[in-house]
Amino acid sequence: MMSYYNEMFEGDRVRDPYARLRDWVETMPDDFRQMKQAEAEALFRRIGITFAVYGEGGDPDRLIPFDMMPRVFEQAEWRRLERGIKQRARALNAFLRDVYGRGEIIRAGRIPARLVYQNEAYEKSVVGVVPPRGIYSHIIGIDLVRTAKDEFYVLEDNCRTPSGVSYMLENREIMMRMFPQLFRNNRIEPVDQYPDLLRRTLESVAPAKCSDRPTCVILTPGHYNSAYYEHSFLANLMGVELVEGQDLFVDGEFVYMRTTTGPKRVDVIYRRIDDPYLDPLCFRPDSMLGIPGLMDVYRSGGVSICSAPGAGVADDKAIYTFVPEMIRFYLGEEPILNNVQTWTLWKDDDYRYVMEHLPELVVKEVHGSGGYGMLVGPKSTKEEIETFRLKIQANPSNYIAQPTLALSTCPTFVDEGIAPRHVDLRPYCLCGDRIELVPGGLTRVALRDGSLVVNSSQGGGVKDTWVLSE
Amino acid sequence: MLSRTASNLFWMGRNLERAETAARLLDVGQRITLLPNTELGYQNEWNSLLQASGSSDLFREKYGDITQENIEEFIFFDRANPSSVASCLEKARESGRIVRTALTSQVWDALNVSYQELRKIERLPRSKLDTASLTDFTTGHTSTVRGAINATQLRNDGWHFMNLGYGLERADATARLLDVKYFVLLPRIEFVGSGLDTYQWQVILRALSAHRAYHWAYGGDITAGQVADFLILNGESPRALITSLYETVWHLEGLARRYGDGVPISARDKAREVLTALQARDIEMIFDEGLHEFLSWFIRELAEISNLVHQDYLLGGA
Repeated sequence: MMSYYNEMFEGDRVRDPYARLRDWVETMPDDFRQMKQAEAEALFRRIGITFAVYGEGGDPDRLIPFDMMPRVFEQAEWRRLERGIKQRARALNAFLRDVYGRGEIIRAGRIPARLVYQNEAYEKSVVGVVPPRGIYSHIIGIDLVRTAKDEFYVLEDNCRTPSGVSYMLENREIMMRMFPQLFRNNRIEPVDQYPDLLRRTLESVAPAKCSDRPTCVILTPGHYNSAYYEHSFLANLMGVELVEGQDLFVDGEFVYMRTTTGPKRVDVIYRRIDDPYLDPLCFRPDSMLGIPGLMDVYRSGGVSICSAPGAGVADDKAIYTFVPEMIRFYLGEEPILNNVQTWTLWKDDDYRYVMEHLPELVVKEVHGSGGYGMLVGPKSTKEEIETFRLKIQANPSNYIAQPTLALSTCPTFVDEGIAPRHVDLRPYCLCGDRIELVPGGLTRVALRDGSLVVNSSQGGGVKDTWVLSE
Repeated sequence: MLSRTASNLFWMGRNLERAETAARLLDVGQRITLLPNTELGYQNEWNSLLQASGSSDLFREKYGDITQENIEEFIFFDRANPSSVASCLEKARESGRIVRTALTSQVWDALNVSYQELRKIERLPRSKLDTASLTDFTTGHTSTVRGAINATQLRNDGWHFMNLGYGLERADATARLLDVKYFVLLPRIEFVGSGLDTYQWQVILRALSAHRAYHWAYGGDITAGQVADFLILNGESPRALITSLYETVWHLEGLARRYGDGVPISARDKAREVLTALQARDIEMIFDEGLHEFLSWFIRELAEISNLVHQDYLLGGA
């Protein structure tokens, strides 16, 4: 039986950051909790914060379960995480600049060329195109788990279009609305400056050809996308247009949007669609989501695309294993945050080890996401393990393996009362003329007892995340 | 404003108005069944109302028999009928969802609640529902949305686009209902002025929720000339062609003023022209011209205004 770090308790003692919360919970009448839970759900549904899962049957406007028990960080804990995240963000962007440029890290033999240049996410069409300020990934969502008081591990880096930040903001909004007293009694750092920071970040990477105040837009695949709510929410808070591909067109050196008063030039596109759909002339010709000719304008510096096409090569699960190496190589620093030990199955030794220890390990597809296509050894039946073994044998280089981590738990409201449930954390790091992140992030919680999978597509819920000020 | 945003606001308005029109049809149907009538008469009148909404073929293909249940199913619930209350409310809500950032939270809330309630009704056994509750449901919710729009939306271009949708759709619905009276309800000339004729005019008035208002405006008897005048040329009548068109022009003027010289105004000019042509007529002239001919002209002109709105604002100058 593994033992798990409990975010709230050290033995029988309540940890300082949770002291006031404990009082809150203990004096809370039972029916009050149920009443508030219903109120929270009604609020979420009314605002329309839903997680659309089209094409899977069931309610197309499903709510992500919201847990009212917050997860709390002390200031000092947070400062360390913040330093570690910023360090990682700097290294990842340095890596992208490098591999679309001279490729020093490969010449130095620190990362195998094959992993980069033959990677599906490596975009040959932008080699030599340096985006404004040399930044390729502008919003980086870094998934972290905690295993002990001072031990945090990075599970993965999301350098393309990490989602979930709207939940961070709305969770806070709803907690403040329902429990103002909690916020009066605890000194909780605000997160609501995020949209302003995001807008400033986008404006700070406007292309050189832009002389006025930059016009920024958010590019969404449309309202059938599961994150559509988030796209419209961010556009609204930033006061920028939410556009679809059909709203944009290329004319000469620039991109324009179609408005009721005619064409209007667009300088910065925060895209929430994947590279292959950006431009049917350059990538998938069958894509209706993109803008024909966009890549030509991008390459000639007429528009900025956030994140830049090709940024995905930095958040590949195979590249992930080299991030500590990048930090040493580009920054000359030691990594502040640890990677999880990772076996890469295309290496013979690793392959042998993993195949012998499958029931203990977590195996993931290199390009998988959302908790799909993975094996959680200790939680799987013999049959499931054997089925997965065949999949690995068929294509070993498609997989990596990691030890089953003892994810920390956080007290969570469940039917029977309060019980520990496993959590992870995704803070959002913004990279423009400055590198910034708001104090907080999205805490995801596995609501099923014992489950280690926190993805919303796999029945996970969310919590408000507090950083206490000094 | 993005052209697509404007387009969604425009269609949101149209679909909300269309949902209301469908609910009125149901209400009329209900009244027809309550009056002494031959079965055949009942079916004919229903069929003509379906023709008015342009969906009689679809109904016949899918349901065959005209029964109260079939009609309720078709006009309220059926997603295959693009003019059903459920289809229109769903499309309006979908448009609203796409342009969330252009709606106040009250408007979105009203739209979203109407859709959630609709889904609840859809899950109920049909036997638990009566026609009156379905029409009340619809007019109640569409009124709430319109009230929220009037009370909370900025009087900006988005507001003009929504109301353009409302105005054009309302003019179109009234014109089609009127047309059905002369074209379908009354194929035989000897009925003119008969009791049946009066009764049918009443049905038209009821279909437009204008029955009481008519009596306030004209007193006395229901005559073809007065009803037509009321629904075409009386500027006090909220659903009259002239009122709907006047509001359409007003919103197009608003857009033209707001956007200034750089933006085409062909829709505004066309709408003004049609309004002037309408103002130049009296009801005798219209009857001389032939009511059906007049209405066909009007419906064509409306379609042209709608096309020009599309060209002026919704293509984005690409």
